[in-house]
Amino acid sequence: MSRPTQTSDAEPILRLRELHKTFDPRSASACHAVRGVSFDVHPGRIVGLIGPDGAGKTTLMRLATGLLAPDSGSIDVLGMDSVRQTHAIHRRISYMPQKFGLYQDLTCQENLDLHADLQGVEAAERPRRYQRLLEMTGLGSFANRLAGKLSGGMKQKLGLACALVKMPELLLLDEPTVGVDPVSRRELWRIVREMVECERIGVLLATAYLDEAEQCSRVVVIHQGQLLDQGTPASFSQRVRGRTYLVSADGMRARTIQGQLSHQPGIIDATIRGGRVRTICADADDRPIRAALDPSLGARIAPTDPTFEDAFMTMLAAVSEPSPTPARPAMPANAPQLSGEASASGETSANGEASASGEASASGEASANGEASANGEASASGEATANGETSASGEASASSETSANRSDQPPVHTRDLTRKFGDFTAVAQISFDVGRGEIFGLLGPNGAGKSTTFRMLCGLSKVTSGEVRVAGRDLRRAGSRARQRLGYMAQQFSLYGPLSPIENLRFFGRSYGLKGRRLESRIDWAIEEFHLHAHRDEPSGALPVGYKQRLAMAAALLHEPDILFLDEPTSGVDPLARRDFWRRINALAENGMTIVVTTHFMEEAEYCDRMLIMSQGRELASGTPDAIRALARDERHPDPSIEDAFIALADRAAAGTKERP
Amino acid sequence: MTELARRWMRLRGFITKETLQIRRDPSSIVLALVMPVVLLFLFGFGVSLDAQRSPVAIVIDSPGPQARALVERFSLTRYFHPMPAASMEQATAMLNRHAVDAIVRVQSDFADRLHRPGAAPVQIIVNGTDSNRAQAIQAYAVGVLANDAAQRVARGESSAINGVVVEPRIWFNDAMESSYFLVPGLLALVMTLIGVLLTALVIAREWERGTMEAILATPLRPGEMMAAKLLPYFILGMMGMAMSVGLGAALFGVPVRGSLWVLVAVSALYLLASLGLGLFISAAARVQFIAAQVSIVIGFLPAFFLSGLLFDLDSTPWPIRAISHIIPARYFISAAHTLFLAGDVWPIVWRDATALGIMAAILIALARSRLGKRIER
Repeated sequence: MSRPTQTSDAEPILRLRELHKTFDPRSASACHAVRGVSFDVHPGRIVGLIGPDGAGKTTLMRLATGLLAPDSGSIDVLGMDSVRQTHAIHRRISYMPQKFGLYQDLTCQENLDLHADLQGVEAAERPRRYQRLLEMTGLGSFANRLAGKLSGGMKQKLGLACALVKMPELLLLDEPTVGVDPVSRRELWRIVREMVECERIGVLLATAYLDEAEQCSRVVVIHQGQLLDQGTPASFSQRVRGRTYLVSADGMRARTIQGQLSHQPGIIDATIRGGRVRTICADADDRPIRAALDPSLGARIAPTDPTFEDAFMTMLAAVSEPSPTPARPAMPANAPQLSGEASASGETSANGEASASGEASASGEASANGEASANGEASASGEATANGETSASGEASASSETSANRSDQPPVHTRDLTRKFGDFTAVAQISFDVGRGEIFGLLGPNGAGKSTTFRMLCGLSKVTSGEVRVAGRDLRRAGSRARQRLGYMAQQFSLYGPLSPIENLRFFGRSYGLKGRRLESRIDWAIEEFHLHAHRDEPSGALPVGYKQRLAMAAALLHEPDILFLDEPTSGVDPLARRDFWRRINALAENGMTIVVTTHFMEEAEYCDRMLIMSQGRELASGTPDAIRALARDERHPDPSIEDAFIALADRAAAGTKERP
Repeated sequence: MTELARRWMRLRGFITKETLQIRRDPSSIVLALVMPVVLLFLFGFGVSLDAQRSPVAIVIDSPGPQARALVERFSLTRYFHPMPAASMEQATAMLNRHAVDAIVRVQSDFADRLHRPGAAPVQIIVNGTDSNRAQAIQAYAVGVLANDAAQRVARGESSAINGVVVEPRIWFNDAMESSYFLVPGLLALVMTLIGVLLTALVIAREWERGTMEAILATPLRPGEMMAAKLLPYFILGMMGMAMSVGLGAALFGVPVRGSLWVLVAVSALYLLASLGLGLFISAAARVQFIAAQVSIVIGFLPAFFLSGLLFDLDSTPWPIRAISHIIPARYFISAAHTLFLAGDVWPIVWRDATALGIMAAILIALARSRLGKRIER
C-alpha cells in the first residue's frame, strides 16, 4: 500500500504532448477531435478524463493506446513511442474500450481464457489470477454463463476482469461506468481503486459522470478537443468556494424555483439536488438569487460546500456560447390565434389544438372536449374487446364533459404490466398512473426493463399480461386518431439523416396530418422555439448531438400532442444541453402536458414529479423524489441522493430474494 | 516465456475462440455442412442440362409402314416423347404454345424416295429459344434419323446412302450425364460460399460489435489474427468439399478419374484464394451487411456465371472471357473437371494450380495489408 503522495515524483507512465488529431482533414466535414492536449499519468494514480460527449475523450484514449496515430505531438507510454513501438506497449498496458470488447457468444471463463492467451499469462499463474478476478467482480458463480446473457453491470465488470487478467502497468478505461446501475458502478470503482492502491498501476479513465471526478487523484477537463484545465478535484471545487447555495421554499416545487433562477443575471447554474435548488453564483454573494426570486416566497438560501460538478459547470458556461434558452413556455404563446384559424378551416383532428391554448383553465376545458370525443370513439371500438368496466367509463366521459369525471382516467395507466420473452421476464408486474400535467420518470440502469415498459406504453410491443391504457385506450388496438394525441421521441436519433431539419419537420408534420398554413406555422414555431436556425438546410445526420436532440423533440411536438413519451432523451448529451432540455420539459408540464420519461441518470429523477425505479424488470420503489430519498435516510446518509436510495433499495431487494441472476 | 511461446499461445487462444464461435453459430454450420447437401440435390436432380423426353410433334403426310417405323424409333429413345399431329398447321400451333419442342415432318413421298437413289428428306424444326437445348434436341433427332437410315441400308430397304456417314463419339462423359459436369462445379460453389461469404462476415462482425478495438489493443499481431481466422474456416471448407465429393460419388456415381490427393491439393489452393478474398472484403468493409453484399457480387456470382460452370467460356464474347481470367473459380473448375472426368492431365492441372496459388497469395496478402494495428485506415 502506498499513498499517492509518495509517488508524485515518479516518472509518468503516460506522457501526452501537444497532441493534435483531425479526422477527414481534407473534407468539408473535417473534425478537429483533439487540439493541442498535453498531460501526464503517474503510477499509483487515477487520472479522470472528463468532458461532455463529443469532447474528444475516446479519441484521446485511442491515441494513448496507439490505435490512432496523432497528426502531430508525441505520446510516450512507459518510455516508448506509441506509434513506432505499439506492439511492445500493448504487452504492458490494458485497454477497455467503450463497447468493452467482450465476445457475447463466449462464456465468462472463455473470455478470460482468450485474454489470458492473448496477454501471455503463464498457465501456472492463471488459477490464482482467475480466482482473484472472479472474487473481486462477484462473477464466480457465472463463470460458465455466456457473456451476452449477463446484465449490463456484470458485462462491464467482466470487461474489466479481462483487462486485468495480466497486471498492466497502465490501465486505460473508456467510460467504464456509462449506463451501469449504481451498485455495479460502485463495485467497478472499488476494483479500480484496489488495483491502484495494491499494485500501483496508473489509470486513465474517461467519464461523463461528473460525480466520479471526486474519486480521481487528478482530473483533466476536455471540451471540444481542447484541454480546459487540470488539477486535483479539490483544486477545482476550491475555485467556486463560497459561490454555491441551496435554495428551497415551503410549499413551492423545486423545479419552479429552478425555473425562476435559471439564466438570471449573476447566476451561472441552477439545478435540483436532493429536493433543493443548487445554485452557483458568479461571485461569493447570494444577492442575484434574492433578486431573481419573489421576496414573498420566504425562500431559504443556505451556503453549501462546492463540488467538482459546480466548478465544471462554471468552466463550461464560460467557454460555451450562451445556450439556447426557451424565453417563454415551450408551448406557443400565439396558440389561440393559431388554433382559431385551424379549427375555422376544420383541418385538424378534434384534439389537435386542445392543449395548445395559453390559459390553464381554458385549456382544461378545451382538452375535455377533445378527450370526450376521442373517448366516445374509444368506447365504440373498445366494446368488443374491453371489459364492461372500461367501456362504461368510456361512455361516461363521452356523455359528460366535466373534468372531474375525466380525472378518473389518468392519461397513462398501467396495472401489473408484464412482458416475457420466452422464459425471461423483461418486465414484471409494473403498475403506475400518470396524471395530467405530471412529469413521470422511469428510472433504472441499462437492461432494467425501462425500454420494454415504454414500448408497451406506446403500443410497439406485445403485453404478456396486465393492463395498459394511454389516453384511455390500448394503443395496440387504437387507430391513428389516438396516436395523434401523443408525441414520441425515440432513444436513437430516428429522424432521416440525409434530410435537412426543415425537410424532416415537414415530413413528420405531414405524417401527423398537418398541412398548409398550419404546418408552416408549426414549423416556424419549432425553428424559433428550439433554435434550429443554424443548420436548417444541412443533412440532419451530420449535426451536433445537442442539435439533433432539439430537432427530435421539435418533431415530436409538432402536432401538439398532450402526452409526450421520451425514451432516454438525455443520453449522450452534454450537461449544459441536459439542463436546457429539462427546462423545456418543465415548461411543457406547467402547460398541462403529460410527460413520461426514461433515464439512467439517477440525478435526473429530481426533475420528475413522481417516478418509478426499476431494476431487473421489477419495481424497486415508486413515489415522489422526496419519498424515495426518505426510504434511504439513515444515520450514515442523513441527506441521501436518489442514487444512494437506489443502492439501498437494491441491497434490500437482494437481501430479500436470495439470488437473482 | 520466449516470444515464440507467447506467439503460439496467442494463436492458440484466438483459434479456440474462432472455433467456439463457429460451433455456437448455427448459421455457419448450416452454410458449411447443410448447404452442400441442398446444392447437391438441387443440381443433381433439379437442374439438368440434358434434354430428356422432349415432346416432339410428328407430322406424317401419308402414313405407311416406313413412316410408322420412324415414329417408333422416336418413341424408343429416352430423349423424345413423340406426339402425333394431324397436319403441319396443328404441329406449328403446338410448337407456338410450347406444347412441343420440335416438329419432325415426314413428307408424303418419303417411302418412294427411300427406294430411289438420292436423298429422302425429313424436316426437323426446333424451337430455338433456348439455344443449348435446341442444339441438343437437333443433334438427338439427327442421330435418330441417321440410325434409322443406317438400319434400312443394312436391311437393304434403302439405297439412300450418300457420301460419308458421320459416326460421333463422346469422350469423358460418354453417357452425357450433366451431373458429371455439375458436381465438380458444385465443389467450387460450396467452397466459395464457405470461403468468401462466411469469412466476409467474421472481421466485419468484430468491428461492428466493438471487439476489434479491444483485440487490437492486445499483443495479438495482425498476422496472427489472419492465421487464426483462416485456419478454422479452412478446415470447415475442406469438410464441405469432402462431403460434396463423397455425396457426388455415392448419389450420382460421379467418377474421380484423377488422383484424389491432387484434387484435395487443388481444392485447398482454391479455398485459400476464397478465404483470402473473404477476409479482404471483411477487413475493407467493416460492416457485415456491406461485406455480405460485396461477397455475393464479387465472390459468388462470378464463381457461378464467369467460371465455365454453367456457360462454356469459349462461346462467350472476348471481354467476358478476358474477365474470367481473374476469377479463381475458373481455374478451379477447369482443374476439377479434368481431375474428375479425364484423370491427372498434368499440363492442365499444373497450369490451374499455379494460377490458383498465385491468386491465393495475392488475396491473402491484400487482406493482411487491410488488417493493421490501427483503427484508422
